[in-house]
Amino acid sequence: MTDSKYFTTTKKGEIFELKSELNSDKKEKKKEAVKKVIASMTVGKDVSALFPDVVNCMQTDNLELKKLVYLYLMNYAKSQPDMAIMAVNTFVKDCEDSNPLIRALAVRTMGCIRVDKITEYLCEPLRKCLKDEDPYVRKTAAVCVAKLYDISSSMVEDQGFLDQLKDLLSDSNPMVVANAVAALSEINEASVSGRPLVEMNAPTINKLLTALNECTEWGQVFILDALSNYSPRDAREAHSICERITPRLAHANAAVVLSAVKVLMKLMEMVSADTELVSTLSRKLAPPLVTLLSAEPEVQYVALRNINLVVQKRPDILKHEMKVFFVKYNDPIYVKLEKLDIMIRLASQANIAQVLGELKEYATEVDVDFVRKAVRAIGRCAIKVEPSAERCVSTLLELIQTKVNYVVQEAIVVIKDIFRKYPNKYESIISTLCENLDTLDEPEARASMVWIVGEYAERIDNADELLDSFLEGFHDENAQVQLQLLTAVVKLFLKRPADTQELVQHVLSLATQDSDNPDLRDRGFIYWRLLSTDPAAAKEVVLADKPLISEETDLLEPTLLDELICHISSLASVYHKPPTAFVEGRGAGVRKSLPSRGVVAEETSTQQPTVIPNQESLIGDLLSMDIGGPPPAPAPSSNVDLLAGGLDVLLGGGPEPGASAAAVPGGASGLLGDIFAVSAAPASYVPPKQCWLPADKGKGLEIWGTFSRQNGQPRMEMTFTNKAMQPMTGFAIQLNKNSFGVYPVGGLAVGAVGAGAGAEAALPLATHGPVQRMDPLNNLQVAIKNNIDVFYFACLIPAHILFTEDGQLDKRVFLTTWKEIPAANEVQHTLSNVVGTADSIAQKMTLNNIFTIAKRNVEGQDMLYQSLKLTNNIWVLLELKLQPGNPEATLSLKSRTVEVATCIFQAYEAIIKS
Amino acid sequence: MIGGLFVYNHKGEVLISRVYRDDIGRNAVDAFRVNVIHARQQVRSPVTNIARTSFFHIKRANIWLAAVTKQNVNAAMVFEFLLKIIDVMQSYFGKISEENIKNNFVLIYELLDEILDFGYPQNSDTGVLKTFITQQGIKSASKEEQAQITSQVTGQIGWRREGIKYRRNELFLDVLEYVNLLMSPQGQVLSAHVAGKVVMKSYLSGMPECKFGINDKIVMEAKGKGNGGISGNTDSDPARSGKPVVVIDDCQFHQCVKLSKFETEHSISFIPPDGEFELMRYRTTKDISLPFRVIPLVREVGRTKMEVKVVLKSNFKPSLLGQKIEVKIPTPLNTSGVQLICLKGKAKYKASENAIVWKIKRMAGMKETQLSAEIELLETDTKKKWTRPPISMGFEVPFAPSGFKVRYLKVFEPKLNYSDHDVIKWVRYIGRSGLYETRC
Repeated sequence: MTDSKYFTTTKKGEIFELKSELNSDKKEKKKEAVKKVIASMTVGKDVSALFPDVVNCMQTDNLELKKLVYLYLMNYAKSQPDMAIMAVNTFVKDCEDSNPLIRALAVRTMGCIRVDKITEYLCEPLRKCLKDEDPYVRKTAAVCVAKLYDISSSMVEDQGFLDQLKDLLSDSNPMVVANAVAALSEINEASVSGRPLVEMNAPTINKLLTALNECTEWGQVFILDALSNYSPRDAREAHSICERITPRLAHANAAVVLSAVKVLMKLMEMVSADTELVSTLSRKLAPPLVTLLSAEPEVQYVALRNINLVVQKRPDILKHEMKVFFVKYNDPIYVKLEKLDIMIRLASQANIAQVLGELKEYATEVDVDFVRKAVRAIGRCAIKVEPSAERCVSTLLELIQTKVNYVVQEAIVVIKDIFRKYPNKYESIISTLCENLDTLDEPEARASMVWIVGEYAERIDNADELLDSFLEGFHDENAQVQLQLLTAVVKLFLKRPADTQELVQHVLSLATQDSDNPDLRDRGFIYWRLLSTDPAAAKEVVLADKPLISEETDLLEPTLLDELICHISSLASVYHKPPTAFVEGRGAGVRKSLPSRGVVAEETSTQQPTVIPNQESLIGDLLSMDIGGPPPAPAPSSNVDLLAGGLDVLLGGGPEPGASAAAVPGGASGLLGDIFAVSAAPASYVPPKQCWLPADKGKGLEIWGTFSRQNGQPRMEMTFTNKAMQPMTGFAIQLNKNSFGVYPVGGLAVGAVGAGAGAEAALPLATHGPVQRMDPLNNLQVAIKNNIDVFYFACLIPAHILFTEDGQLDKRVFLTTWKEIPAANEVQHTLSNVVGTADSIAQKMTLNNIFTIAKRNVEGQDMLYQSLKLTNNIWVLLELKLQPGNPEATLSLKSRTVEVATCIFQAYEAIIKS
Repeated sequence: MIGGLFVYNHKGEVLISRVYRDDIGRNAVDAFRVNVIHARQQVRSPVTNIARTSFFHIKRANIWLAAVTKQNVNAAMVFEFLLKIIDVMQSYFGKISEENIKNNFVLIYELLDEILDFGYPQNSDTGVLKTFITQQGIKSASKEEQAQITSQVTGQIGWRREGIKYRRNELFLDVLEYVNLLMSPQGQVLSAHVAGKVVMKSYLSGMPECKFGINDKIVMEAKGKGNGGISGNTDSDPARSGKPVVVIDDCQFHQCVKLSKFETEHSISFIPPDGEFELMRYRTTKDISLPFRVIPLVREVGRTKMEVKVVLKSNFKPSLLGQKIEVKIPTPLNTSGVQLICLKGKAKYKASENAIVWKIKRMAGMKETQLSAEIELLETDTKKKWTRPPISMGFEVPFAPSGFKVRYLKVFEPKLNYSDHDVIKWVRYIGRSGLYETRC
């Protein structure tokens, strides 16, 4: 007797025929007919017309038939709610049946029928089933509460089902406990308020740990996953939970093992790092993780994605296990790529020889992606493990000799990085690289090669010829290559001005006159101006020392990593994205974070999200900036003279000579920001925009920003640039609690930003928000969300935007207050590079809400007495001593809250220099 | 949790579709077909995200099994569960094939209803499932029987039912080891490990408590001189001095083993399921005796000819016999002909596999044999160099290459009147090749 025949009915009038069969008197025939209906349903045919006839078959003592009818009901009840009511009676009756299997079946099915009228009738039977004498019925009812919560959360809360579910946590049967935990976890995550409805406490946890030893493998997963959401009160409790969970690492089910790893990784954060427990756990975690690699490939894949996280969080655990990550010839490609990733992370001086041998082997494989990654990995090893650099380079050279097109291109891209890391060491191989010039057809490889030629122009005799040959097809090149060509030729010119004048003129005219790309044009003009005004300055700018490149790549951002550690084994850990990135609505649950370990942990956690740009990254990596997409060019006029004039002014009498030179390679955005700031005078000082979020940290999103104060309101001004391939939408911003209670008024007015496009945003700020002391005081942590991810960065609020308009003290009040404030609250500071007279400085200050109360001249020194008030009502009194002709000035500050001094001094310096 | 489960044939036609959650619509079935099954390129990941819906899939013999979800589910659990479904189906109706699935679709729906509730996996032990889900529909069981079924499905010992009786109490232990090796052409071991498992077949009455002892280094060192042995232990090794021990890197147990007891006392105790099951899995990396060694010698003579010589050495006691030996030597894609000479066994060039397959039925320990081949190549203009895949080999030997030994297996059944001595016990050791590769 086979069932496949049910799939083959495609006759006409089929529905009609089925109808008559369903109404047949013979039981067998009825059953056959229902089977046919289910088969049709499976392949996607609409058999909803048979609803009444199928429901009629429901009242039967044949369990198989009953199950089939239920299956049908679950599928079609929603489309036929009125008729579904017909089934209610049978359900209610079945819930009273003497057979526990039937009681459970009824309550299980009822919960799956999402029809309001049926749900109403579900409550009573469910209540009874939750207290049923049979554990099988109870465990089914427990899950049913979660089903009901999905349909109507209020009903579950109002009818007291939560308490009943909570009672089941102490049920004598482990499987009931497991299902109750699963249901509770789901309800907690989905809770509308975002707060868990049922809190876990220590006694409950104890019961769960007991049940853990006795329930099915799946039940163990539910319990472990629930435990991972619990934060023990202290290290001791964490310690004891760890001990009771460790045996799970020997379970045959990979899900049990990984969930146990998740709980342990989380709890290890709570125990101080130097205790024995942490080292024991680290030792115990390694073998089960390795064993997961002998599971089925799909499970291996999940394990590897998680191991990738574990290795980033705690590199010690697997540092000796390099060999197990060697790629096997028959591994599926997804396993190979993940293993390779982990190999790079584990590479160290101790194992580099083996790793290199393997990587070389992989570079000759078939799969193009894999080979490319392997070649890139060799480059990473060279940069990461210094003593191996030489061998890596020679390996790469060998690979270049194979002349396999994509291998050569990939090798050249990584060699460029190696040159950056070890300047003046491996340039002897340049000639070999040049031989392959013609075969390069990928933009990245071409751009890298051009960069190398430009950077080492003085060592390559025929550099001019090489670059000249590229110029022939200049307009057909990718923008990235064009930019590199421009830079390379200028470098060449600066190094060998004698014989390359023609070349540089050619490339400048190509870039400025014949190109539609504003980025290219702007860079062309800047070079042109630089070269024509001051070749020496040009040399300093273009041939400046480049900052070192980092050793590790593709590291996850620490806060994201911590969040993902809390999600080990879940989809989030497979995607390496927070759940919010791929789960809709409330199902995403609350953001999880690792527990902290007292003061020490707190300190590090506040530092983690900081990507404050230091001077180095501000100047930026010439190369990486070149490669990025075009930044927004606000109204680029095609009129050459006008623009050139603007730049002239800028470079000549610009606001900040050092900064503008540094910003040159950054493209137009920073510069134009400055122009606006200057031309908008008289107004308060607006610092030049800084790069708050570099594109490589923001998955393509780059944010430059600054703060200003307009019409008595502080504002955050940002330039968003999308350097990713896809459009970005759904921008939102959030500010962390900060020292001055700054919070955004209204949302972020940025719509969709297309690939390569940019947008400007000004965000008004208010200052009565929640306050939390930050270090430094004016530190502000910002989260920006878009459709791709959430990004975190920190920036410094310049204090002067927080100076209020009513900060002027009366002369007498100033005097008395100055005397009242004890000397201990006085801080002195020396300002350097002060230019201008006392009056011009006072005027500048007034624009920024620093009010001069009085001015005196004592022994040839100008004394300015000034006052200001911060938005949080802190008064600050100052005395500024100026000596004409002396670029140094002394500033004394008195305030009852003297902590603000540092920020105020910074503000003074910035304003005076503006 | 899991929102739905779909089974497709190789053409992408739906054989089984069961939706568990409201957020999964019917279009999810088509999304997977279009984006994964019918996708042009090779599958790059077993997890696919299409329009905020995640698909987990495994493919076995032309059948695609996919789980769908919109939530942040436990990914390892989903895959383990999919594998379990395959397991359950196989034990119900044998091979997974389109034919078998169509023939049993009613049964499959019934099973899916039982083992997955609202996307949460439930007891999926085949032994237990078979007590109440049968192809004949439920037998009208008596009240006691019903109670027994439910207590077993949810019970603490969910894998064994009460009241089992055998006239002869017997048990079989198979120690099955897979040796994995990756060796460089120069004979350097790049990586080697043994993945072993102990499969037990138990035919024991009542609810017997078993205690299992092995020559694990930790236990042996703790106990000093352990005593005990087992009938049928054929492989006592006089060659080595003292008792050999095995260093186990990691082991995993069937759910019947009391893990907390293993953690504290390092003893393996359990009440076994009836019939065959996998008691434990383990992994070792130290002191593995590699049963065979392949020494390749490849010489490219000009553009159209290659010479290959492969020496095979067996490296175990001369009294033992290795079986089912097969060496697979890959050949370039443009091979036009192969001349073969081998001293032992049969060798053949198989064009369909692009390899020379050399088979030897039996080979005693400490022997050596070799094969030489002349490979003629067609002249090609493909620039791509032939990348030599490793030489792989298969074999079976009657010992455990890791040195793993069963010390004892004691059976206690206090309620019934049979003792440990009355149980007939059999132990067998088999070493097989896993991925046993030598690069050339």
